[in-house]
Parts: sequence; structure tokens; C-alpha cells
Amino acid sequence: MLRYATRRFLGALPTLFILIALAFFLIRVAPGGPFDSEKALLPEVEANLRAAYNLDEPLHQQFARYVWGLAQADFGPSFQYRDYTVTELIMTGFPVSLRLGGMAITLALLVGVTAGSLAALRQNTRTDYAVMSASMTGISIPNFVMAPLLILIFAVYLGWLPAGGLGDGSPRNMVLPVIALALPQIAYISRLTRGSMIEVLRSNFIRTARAQGLPMHKIVLRHALKPALLPVVSYLGPATAAVITGSVVIEQIFGVPGLGRFFVQGALNRDYTLVMGVVVFYGVLIIAFNLLVDLAYAWLDPKVKYS
Amino acid sequence: MSLLEVRNLHVRFDTADGEVHAVRNLSFELDRGETLGVVGESGSGKSQTVLSLIGLLADNGRASGSAMFDGQDLFNLSPGALRSIRGRRISMIFQDPMTSLNPYLTVAEQMVQVVREHDRMTRRAARDRCLEMLEAVKIPDAAERLDCYPHELSGGMRQRVMIAASLLLDPQILVADEPTTALDVTVQAQILELMKDLNRRLGTAIILITHDLGVIAGLCERVIVMHDGELKEQGNVRDVFYRPRHSYTKALLKAVPRLDAEQVERLAPAADSSLLSVDGLKVHFPVRTGGWLGEKRPLRAVDGVNLDLRSGETLGIVGESGCGKSTLARAILRLVPTTAGNVCLLGQSMGDLDKRALREMRRDAQVIFQDPLASLNPRMTVGNIVSEPLRTHFPELGADEVRTRVADVLRRVGLSGRELNRYPHEFSGGQCQRIGIARALVLKPKVIICDEPVSALDVSIQAQIVNLLMDLQAEFGLALIFIAHDLAVVRHISHRIMVMYLGRIMEVASRKALYETPHHPYTRALISAVPIPDPDKERDRDRELLPGDLPSPVDPPSGCRFRTRCRFAQDRCRTEAPQLRQLTDSLVACHRAGEAVLV
Repeated sequence: MLRYATRRFLGALPTLFILIALAFFLIRVAPGGPFDSEKALLPEVEANLRAAYNLDEPLHQQFARYVWGLAQADFGPSFQYRDYTVTELIMTGFPVSLRLGGMAITLALLVGVTAGSLAALRQNTRTDYAVMSASMTGISIPNFVMAPLLILIFAVYLGWLPAGGLGDGSPRNMVLPVIALALPQIAYISRLTRGSMIEVLRSNFIRTARAQGLPMHKIVLRHALKPALLPVVSYLGPATAAVITGSVVIEQIFGVPGLGRFFVQGALNRDYTLVMGVVVFYGVLIIAFNLLVDLAYAWLDPKVKYS
Repeated sequence: MSLLEVRNLHVRFDTADGEVHAVRNLSFELDRGETLGVVGESGSGKSQTVLSLIGLLADNGRASGSAMFDGQDLFNLSPGALRSIRGRRISMIFQDPMTSLNPYLTVAEQMVQVVREHDRMTRRAARDRCLEMLEAVKIPDAAERLDCYPHELSGGMRQRVMIAASLLLDPQILVADEPTTALDVTVQAQILELMKDLNRRLGTAIILITHDLGVIAGLCERVIVMHDGELKEQGNVRDVFYRPRHSYTKALLKAVPRLDAEQVERLAPAADSSLLSVDGLKVHFPVRTGGWLGEKRPLRAVDGVNLDLRSGETLGIVGESGCGKSTLARAILRLVPTTAGNVCLLGQSMGDLDKRALREMRRDAQVIFQDPLASLNPRMTVGNIVSEPLRTHFPELGADEVRTRVADVLRRVGLSGRELNRYPHEFSGGQCQRIGIARALVLKPKVIICDEPVSALDVSIQAQIVNLLMDLQAEFGLALIFIAHDLAVVRHISHRIMVMYLGRIMEVASRKALYETPHHPYTRALISAVPIPDPDKERDRDRELLPGDLPSPVDPPSGCRFRTRCRFAQDRCRTEAPQLRQLTDSLVACHRAGEAVLV
């Protein structure tokens, strides 16, 4: 198991390298640079700055320097937040984003699996149609539309919840961003669960369980849920990626000081190292999460064995 | 009073095409401890009958009538009350033990919950009860099996687990729906023996649903014959088998190929020259053992096979699943790559052929597959399916000529010739197999390899297809290789028969020699495992029950492949692999064949 995990991680290194290279060169191709501002800097000052951050070296040398730094877990200094290293910035933003994303995924799983199973059990009834049309809506409305709508209804009109920011840090502030982030995932997961649950409920071993006199709720929980969850589990990989990209928008809209905001700010300011740092960090995170998903698969399906 | 009394049972299904009557006006009784056989072909309503009794019909199904079980009408019970009867007092086992057990739960997990659902019991006590039951159904190393997942068990073992799970609460009725149909004949014999024994020891009444008259003859006291949702005949097993009153029963009994039927000797055609010869053929598949990136080892599917086929002759190949018979067929046609050995068709070695020549050669060697519907492309019309080989091999033929030939060949296989624009799903299994035969026949090949061509079909249809193949052979002088696991069918059609076990030939003989004087212990066990549809004969037979399961072809036994299940095995059998040798009229690969102890 451990050997398998290590091997998978080593296997992901080329992927990571390509990701780093793409991000590194793409952001440098973008017009403008980290030291552009309203007031043009004196050429000597800018030259000194560039030299200080090694931006005067040829590109390939900068790249090699960056990768070498990464290998020692050094993301480099931020160009914009001059007193901080990128590592420090990630460490301030990430806990907030993790809380937001973790809650969103958990919520999506709880609501999605329950709603999907319910729809499957009541196939072609009103419950089923209600769940399915709600999830179709959830899939088709993008989060940058959904988020302002939520703010308008629950914060502005009803005044139940704060419109943005973390305020005093009470959980109330997280409710709207978490819901906005989770909604499309709830929709996907409930559709997935419904489909696979219907399939599983038709299988022979469910008939056996019924013939053995087990009541329906036990059949669903003990016999059907595990196999029905397999496609949901494999969707969790892409789901985390979607939540991460979603959080970039959501954090911006709700003014949540998470990693997504640093990312957006960094991109706008051409803060090369910050953008790179977030990209690499998220890249590693997604690769690690996909590995976790595969390991969870082995735990759910006894026929899958890794060695 | 009977244990179960069913009166005027009707089962209806609401479908898009209107109401379908699956069972009509069925009445029968079952006494305590009795064994009742329900026999019928697919679609006769035999499964729906029992499913309706325990409330497991599909959602669009409705049952009416009455079913008195121990003083209460099963059709008038609340869902909760019915559930407490299901599994506890009436339990059921199903056809396919792989899909009928939950692949995601261990044996213990699925058995314990049945016990605890119906009886207040600690987990510990329930587990002990399960272990006891696994031992009662004679599972070796029962304690270890408890924590296995279904895929870690063999087919026979899975069915034993199913039976154990169904007997946990000492039910009064055990319903077995085709319990041995998915199993090999030697394993079937083990399971039937077990059910007989359980019925005797525990006094559980058994309702056995099957299409196999031989199975009923051996196990049941009374029989119900169903056809088209109606009861055609019921009575004591000997009355039904020896003095059938209904014409359908008579037809059914006549259609079954039987091992004890009189042999009309099929004389092999004069041996001119060999049409197809196979020499030392080996097919090994690399498989990973021990998980995802484990070591690659060869799975020896076919491990050194020689055979000869003359024109106009039928060679039957029999053996249990996993013996390599289908792989052999594919290797002969070069549909799978061979590891060693050579195949010669019409004197031409196939190993030397390039792609083009191989395609030419395939004109002379055609194949028919097992699942008739699945082997026809559902998106192609019958006309396209049958004409495709013609258009490939004779592109110069005009459209009219192709159509005429296709219609001709369709008529020849017993269809009307007007099916050209219809799709496979519009036809029954038997008709689909006729289409498959037409596709093979349209090129006028010299050899047709039939890989289990009738095992997916009903008995009466099987007979039609086998007879069709025999007629076609006589008419066109075809050579056939007929692969099947059903020894009775093979006996009916073959001139010579080859018995395979774990990739090797055990015995080759003319059909008369093989069935009358089988020499190899494996051949004898196989033949004795086939149930004969004759209650008296079937019950008087001395059975040679083969113990255990087929060893893994990745790790076959040393020396003689069969020695681990052979009761005559000696030291020599472990060290030295027996070669085929001539013994009276047969070729046998056994060190001890011919010795007096074996007879």
C-alpha cells in the first residue's frame, strides 16, 4: 500500500514538471510585468529591482533557479507583498480556503448522496422529478451568477446572513460561500448517485437480500450504498479540482481572504512567484487527492488490490 | 394439510405493449419435506410463480389468487409480515451465485445480518451459527471462508454459501431457481447431492425450478410441467417421466438429448486426407498475479494439443469451464495469438500466412459463437450481417447476386429469406443462432467451429439447431468442431470426441468407445455427473463425485493435471505427465488407465 502510494507519487512528478513549466512560461508571456505601476519607475530602479529578483537572467536560467528552489520547498519571495515569502502567503490563505472547500465538499456529499439515493428509491415519482430538476438547475447556473443571487436574497432582502467577509470569524459568515461553492457539486453528485443507485438496486444481490427478508432501509444502507458510491468516489478527484477553481471566484465575490484571492490578485499584479506558488501548491494537492481517491476505491471495492 | 397450497394464481405485468400474463390459473400444493420440481422452458412463468409467492415480483407485476402457507394467505399479508416469512420460513437461492451474492461484503457480513434480522442474537452467536451452516454444506476450511469475499471463492463454493445462507434459520421451504444452471456438470453433481442430503437430514421442503429434466429426475418426488404460463401436467415424478399425458411433456422428454439414448452409430466418413491438423498447440496468456503490478506469469489455457479433422467429420470437444476448449477454437482460427505449435488447414500451415493469405484462408474456416444475440451486431440488419462475409471475400459480386445468395442461405437454415431488413433483437434466440449459422455458411466453408452453439438455448430449440447442423453437414460435407460442456448434446452430434482438462487432452475416442468404455478417470467422472432424465436409472446410478474445484491454470498441478482430483492418483502421477497412448479404441493420457482397479 505504502509502496503503491510512493510509486504513484513519483509517477506524478513528470505531470507536475509540465504543469510548472507551462505556468512559468505562460505568465511571463502575458504582457506587463511585476513592477508596472501608474507611475513609471526610473529605469535604473527597475533594473536594480529586476536584478534583485533575478529577472535579468535568461529565461531558462530563471526556470532552473525556480525549479531548484522548489526542490528545496522554497517558493521564493512575493513580488507584490514585499515583506512576505510565497510560502507565508500560502500558509495564511490556505487554512481559510481549506475550511471553505472542505465544508463545501462535505456538504455536497451529504446532500448529494442523500438526495440522489432518495430519487433512486422513488424513481419516476414527484420526489425524483423534484431532485432531478433542482440538480439540473444547479448544474446550469454558473457560480458567479448563483453567488450574487444568494447574497441578494439572504443577505440583502432577508438580512439573515452577512453578505461577505469573515467578520468576527463566526460560522455564520461561511454559510453563503459554502453553499454557493457546494451547489453545483451537490447537483452532480445527486445525479451520479441516482444513476448508480438505480443500477445497483436492480442487481441480483439486492434481490437476494430482499428474499432474505431484510427491510428496504437496511438493504440500501448495507448492501447498495457501498457499490453505489463507487462512481461518486471517483468523481471526488475532479470535484476537488472544481471546488478549487470555484473557490477562486467565490472568495472574490464574498471577500473571503483565502488562497483564491491571493491567486487572483497575484495574476492581476503579475506577481510571478505568488501565482506559480499557488499553481504548484494546488497541483500537488490535486495529485495527492486523486491518489487518496484511488486508495479509497480499494477500500470500497474488495476486488481492487494495490501492492 | 399441505404446507403450501396455491390456488388460481395469476401473474400479470403491465408493459408498454399492454398487459402480459406470465402465469395463468395455476394451482398446486407442497407437502412438508417434499421435493417438488417445476420444469419449463424460458418464458414459461416458472420463476415468476415463486417470486410472486414471496412478494418479489418486479414493480409492474401483480399477482392474484391465493397462496395458503401454514394457515395464512401470502397474498393478504402486510409487507412486514411477509418479510418475516421471507428468508426465515421460505428462503430462496438463485441461478447465478456470483451476482446473487453481494461482491462488496464478506461471506460473514452477508450471512450474519440475515440471522440477526430474524433472531435476537449476539454478533458472536450469529457468526457461530453461520460457521456451523457453512460446515453443514461441506465447505472446506469453513472458518477461513467466512471472511472471504465472493470473488475469492469458486462458482461451486459460492452456490454452497448461498445455500448455507438460505438455510440459516431452518426454513420450511427452500426455493431453488435454476441452482446449478451456471455451474459445471461435476460441480452440479456435488450441489445436487448436497441438496438431496439436506432435504433428508433437515426435512426442508424443496421447490426446484429448472429446465433440466435430468436434474428433476434425480431429486424430485413430484413434478409440475409449465408452458406459456400454464400448468400442463403435474404428478408423481415417475408418472410424468414414464407415462406423460400431455403432448407438451411428451415433446419435451423427446427433445432432451440423453446419455442413455440408443446410439445410432454415426459412421465417420472414409478417411481421405486430413482437412485440419493441429500439432502441439499452446496458448499462454500472461496474467498478473498478486495485484496491480505483480509478477506476470503465463496462464496455460491450451498446453500442447494435437488433433486431426477429416472432411465431413464432427469432432466434439468437451470439458469444464476453464479447460481451454474455447481458447483452442480461437487459436485454430488465429483469433488469439498462439504461443507454440502449428495449425494446418488444407495442407497449408497457418503460421506462415501473411494477413492477406490469412483472410483468404478464413473463407474456408468459419465459426459460430455461444451467445447468439450478443454475437450479432445489433445495429446491422440481418441482410448486412449475413452478406458481410460475401462482400468481403467476393467484392466482385453484384448486389442482386449477393441478395439472392443471402436469401438462399437464410432459407437453408430454416428462415424464410424475407428477414433481410430486420434487426437481430426482433428474433428469438434460436432464430438468432440460425442467422449466425447462415453467416458462417454463406461462404461455403470447409470447416465450421461451433463454440457452445446451443448452450444458451432452450432444450427444444437446442435439438432443432443440432439437427440443422447435422443436415448441413450431410448436404455440404462440412467438417465440424463442436465445443460444448453438455456431454449429451456432444454425444448426439459427434463422430469422435476429445476430452480436455486444464489445457490438455485427457482422452480422444470415437463416440461409441468414449461413452461405452471410457478409460480416463476424468471422462468417467464427467459422464457419471450428467443427470439422466429417467427417475429410476438416475437414482440407481453409482456416481463418481469429483471432489473439490478446478485448480488454477496459472499454477497447474505437476505431472498429471488431473491428479489432485483423481482417486487413483499415485506417486508417478505427481512426477510424470502422462502422454496420450493407444488403449483399445481410444487415446488416453493416464498412467493407470486400463488397470483392473479402475473398472
